[in-house]
Amino acid sequence: MSLRTTIRDEFAKTAEEQQKPIRAPLEDHTVLLESGLDSLCFAIIVSRLEDELGVDPFTTAEDVYFPVTFGDFVSFYENALR
Amino acid sequence: MKTPCARDAAPAEILSLRAILAGADHRSGAMLSAPCGEIAFADLARRGPLGDRQTRLAGRSVILKASSQFAAALALIDLDGVAESLVLWPPDLGLEHLPAIALAAGATAIVFDGEPPANAPAGVELIAFDPRRLAPRAAAAVGRRTRWAMFTSGTSGVPKMVAHTLQSLTGAIGDNRPGEGDVVWATFYDIRRYGGLQILLRAILGGASMVLSDEGEAVGAFLERLGRHRASHISGTPSHWRRALMSGHIGRISPRVVRLSGEIADQAVLAALRDAFPGASIGHAYASTEVGVAFEVADGLEGFPAALVEHGAGAVELAVVDDTLRVRSRRIAAGYVGSGGATLAGEDGFVDTGDLLERRGERYHFLGRRGGVINVGGLKVSPEEVEAVINRHPGVAMSRVSGRRSPITGAIVVAEVVPADASSPGADQAGLRASILDACRHCLPAFKTPAAIRIVPALELGANGKVARLHA
Repeated sequence: MSLRTTIRDEFAKTAEEQQKPIRAPLEDHTVLLESGLDSLCFAIIVSRLEDELGVDPFTTAEDVYFPVTFGDFVSFYENALR
Repeated sequence: MKTPCARDAAPAEILSLRAILAGADHRSGAMLSAPCGEIAFADLARRGPLGDRQTRLAGRSVILKASSQFAAALALIDLDGVAESLVLWPPDLGLEHLPAIALAAGATAIVFDGEPPANAPAGVELIAFDPRRLAPRAAAAVGRRTRWAMFTSGTSGVPKMVAHTLQSLTGAIGDNRPGEGDVVWATFYDIRRYGGLQILLRAILGGASMVLSDEGEAVGAFLERLGRHRASHISGTPSHWRRALMSGHIGRISPRVVRLSGEIADQAVLAALRDAFPGASIGHAYASTEVGVAFEVADGLEGFPAALVEHGAGAVELAVVDDTLRVRSRRIAAGYVGSGGATLAGEDGFVDTGDLLERRGERYHFLGRRGGVINVGGLKVSPEEVEAVINRHPGVAMSRVSGRRSPITGAIVVAEVVPADASSPGADQAGLRASILDACRHCLPAFKTPAAIRIVPALELGANGKVARLHA
């Protein structure tokens, strides 16, 4: 399964559990905080992806920044796993 | 804000908010802005939503239940110096607590706008106000030192209140410094809580404008409004700031002063803010409803210099005992409200904050809360409260709830569960997890519901026979 699919699945699963329907389709330009998910959802997604992928790019990245769009989020993980 | 810790203001200077607003020093152009309206602070020296009904409230114990921050700000300026005591009702507190709070505070009146509270105790007068209709104030006896009851960010049960005075609330606020240019304060906090009230008081004392946040407003819209009002001094929790950084609208603001408090400020969020606002002064403060503002750290690094403990932080003394931070100053709350006058401080005048520290070289770093209290984006979660819900599940023998560090919300809640039937095959474990989560979601708000549940064969017990606690 591709990294993008893994991340997409985690978004969908968390959205369902937290009863926060994803409003916009998750495209590269979708702004994370306008997707329907809130900060708690992202905190959960990041912790689950750390368990699954063994990496938390927020804590390990040398250049600290916070992803704004879904595309940023995916490339954040791609870079960390490179 | 230029010095890490301003000297406490002299007690005689601050009598009431209204007196400050009426003072000649108050800049006439300073505005209070919210999505629902805007008003000059100077105007509030003369008029208010309670008008001549202030007279009826003189010397009484009053609960202020406002439907918005704007309404709260207008009414609290009316009530400060008039009421004997003032309970500021926070936005997220359930009305079911009203009878107990009214009793604890000895309230004889509830001042409210919007829907009248249906469960007000008998004998407590309901006084409605409309923040859009201001009237000249009566010449009520202003000059009382109103006791402010502020809710702590407590964890479970009936929320606790601590008693402050305008003196203790404003102790960390220095004089207005000329030459700083136009100051426009803003905060992600709600002014009905300690962190937000601090900012409103800074605006009023400093003769500056303030932009209020609004509960239902998207973070992008709020940042856009802050940009329009040229907000220069902005405060929030690290989680508030992370959300702003992720919003795609961070470029709309250009603050000169960025302040973080209410949670551990980690290096990642400090560095990201430095990157976003290269010219700004970025500081994190240690403050709580109980001890007030203790110190601010402006060197851009997480933790704080050990020198603050050794030499004090201005008017505040710090001590580290049993790895937890203790604070002594005139800014700490006088005591708990309605608990027989229980004080916060020990005999030596120090308050045990319960915040665990670790010394690394010349710096102290925050580790989390003693007793395992978890701070999820500024909201405190008691592990015992969550464990109680999990342990009620028939499939559970015992559980341990702890915090897991999160780069987004500071921490999230996770749980380890020992099943009642330890021989459960794996397939049943998934079912058990789902069923426990269902039970948690039914009884607890989302931030208290475990983000992950791990099924474990056993949990270690401490020497006291209790489940050994982990630190977030």
